[in-house]
Amino acid sequence: MSGAHDHHGHHHDHEEGSRFSATELRVKALESLLVDKGLVDPQALDALIDTYETKVGPRNGARVVAKAWTDPAFREWLLRDATAAIASLGYTGRQGEDMIVLENTPKVHNLVVCTLCSCYPWPVLGLPPVWYKSAPYRSRAVIDPRGVMKELGLAVGEDVEVRVWDSTAEVRYLVLPERPAGTEGWSEDELAELVTRDAMIGVARVERPGKAGTAK
Amino acid sequence: MNSVHDMGGMHGLGPVEIEPDEPWFHHEWERRAFALTLATGYLGEWNLDMSRHARERMPGAEYLAATYYEKWLWGLERLLVERGLVPSAELEARLQDADASVRRTGHPRLLTAENVAPLLKKGGTARVSQTTPARFAPGDEIVARNINPTGHTRLPRYARGRAGVVDRDHGVFVFADSHAMGEGPQPQHLYSVRFAARELWGPEAGERDAVYVDLWEAHLDPA
Repeated sequence: MSGAHDHHGHHHDHEEGSRFSATELRVKALESLLVDKGLVDPQALDALIDTYETKVGPRNGARVVAKAWTDPAFREWLLRDATAAIASLGYTGRQGEDMIVLENTPKVHNLVVCTLCSCYPWPVLGLPPVWYKSAPYRSRAVIDPRGVMKELGLAVGEDVEVRVWDSTAEVRYLVLPERPAGTEGWSEDELAELVTRDAMIGVARVERPGKAGTAK
Repeated sequence: MNSVHDMGGMHGLGPVEIEPDEPWFHHEWERRAFALTLATGYLGEWNLDMSRHARERMPGAEYLAATYYEKWLWGLERLLVERGLVPSAELEARLQDADASVRRTGHPRLLTAENVAPLLKKGGTARVSQTTPARFAPGDEIVARNINPTGHTRLPRYARGRAGVVDRDHGVFVFADSHAMGEGPQPQHLYSVRFAARELWGPEAGERDAVYVDLWEAHLDPA
């Protein structure tokens, strides 16, 4: 069977003389075959794509974080039973069935990886970005987390304990970043706007606008 | 299996590069490969652990060269062929000729559009609601077993033979290693185990740092 895949790994996105790459043609052939055989419903495919392109994403996780920052009872619940606390906001389901939230503090910094594949908390973050699924991140996050974070612009002090969480089972991890200074009195909506996907994976901090010298 | 998918601790695979404003998919075929994988998964012909194992069976050199959804496509084709749902000859014929005809078999568990939202929302937990005595408790010192199965395992190489401490008991879960190999769910306690960075990587690693790995009871021995 491997002969059927000889073109994998060394094709080009658009080969000379063809509108489609070998991989594109292969996916088209497979889809049409599965539809003809009655094994997939094309409308179900569209619904699956639409869900993960428009309905699920890191704004969900940002709502969870902002609520934890402004509601001490919710924060306590989230750290004790993340699955239930997150479900109370409506975020449940595939690849988020059993959740744990890891709280960053001035003394502890958490970082999430899946060294064996690409496990990631879909209901709160959506589908994982390419870098998270890439060999460089998967290989280095466990052996050199400080180096990886530094390259990505996040310096973590020597006095801070770095905890790397390798998602080797069906438990999914979400980082609760530290609330940035100077946001006292901000509303939950305003805070949610600040929270990024990368901060909830653990490779970035949440910054107050203006402070990082980027946006005001 | 000791293949390249188990890459924790490797060097030389390049820098981590974050793409600003990355789209959810980079090509239309990635959308379709993603959706085909999820949709056919709901047929119940294989489980998620088998699906992961299919991808890691991709030959190592191809695995490293392939993009993410190329790995998914490879794994999907493998499962469809192995379960007899799509003979490879039919796929090759379809690649040669768009009109190559096939018999409509249908499937009792075909995923329909109206079932997509409820099924995604419901998910499918690997947690098993049964009470099994736990062999370990938080604070217990353990050693991860030195095993090298040629089949699927979720015990990464970098943790094998290393000493750690049970951080928390997640409860009873389907055992991915057996589930992927068609050897049943073998439910057992799943633990988060803390390994000191220096235990895994030597004296150059951060003194306070640690890696937490989710491991099943069958992966652990008392220290």
